[in-house]
Amino acid sequence: MSDLSRYFFYLFSLLTIGSALAFVTRKGPVPAALWLVNTMFALSGLYVLLDAPFVGAVQVLVYAGAIMVVFVFVVMLLNLGRAGDRPDLRGIGGQLTAGVVGAALLALLLAARRGDAVLPALVPSSTSTSNVVEPVAQLLFTDYLLAFELTSIVLLTALVGAVVLAKRRTAA
Amino acid sequence: MISEALVVSAVLFVIGTIGVLTRKNAIVLFMCVELMLNAVNLSFVALSKLHGNAGQVFVILVMTVAAAEAAIGLALVIAVFRHFGTVDLSSLRLLKG
Repeated sequence: MSDLSRYFFYLFSLLTIGSALAFVTRKGPVPAALWLVNTMFALSGLYVLLDAPFVGAVQVLVYAGAIMVVFVFVVMLLNLGRAGDRPDLRGIGGQLTAGVVGAALLALLLAARRGDAVLPALVPSSTSTSNVVEPVAQLLFTDYLLAFELTSIVLLTALVGAVVLAKRRTAA
Repeated sequence: MISEALVVSAVLFVIGTIGVLTRKNAIVLFMCVELMLNAVNLSFVALSKLHGNAGQVFVILVMTVAAAEAAIGLALVIAVFRHFGTVDLSSLRLLKG
């Protein structure tokens, strides 16, 4: 791994964590959503640096492009854009509990990561940059074909369910 | 670099967890859940460097399910808003005795 990509890796890591921190500390939903979009973009940079450019592109398209647009659309639709008079945060007890749970979870995750501190030598990444979809597609349409087909059913169900749930009841 | 990516993933997951535990706006809460899903995706991608491309396939599947979850969740938020006139979770206390 060259020094330049290592530098960019740290840059994108800092961007991701900083945007995520800004995201959870915003009061209004719209600034939070925009910071989350920033997090998604920085994460896609990390994916590209981790030799997964296709996942990075899909991250931008699906998360930053589709999911967050739906979030902002719902915020606008329900006219929730400005922070209300009631505080969005829970009380001091809830915040303390969240802090303790967060600290414990972080300690747990970092301890679990230390378990295999000696990572084996990396598989040399394929140097061809023209062929980024094929390794993923090969697996997706052979070994994981059943899961792929099941996600299509999940999407169809979600589509119908979302329409049914959000539909205005007329002459009920 | 995998090790650092796992640390970033853990930090992101914890930030998402703290957001879920502290926020009361249902939409912001959903966004925190999305952040947690993204953290897990990052560790999938990092470990796919070690264990082959299956991790990237999982990331694609997780993204699909996340899209479906966002659609259903936001439809639920719209239905709740129509019924209660708010998305503040602390004012939804029908089950509180």
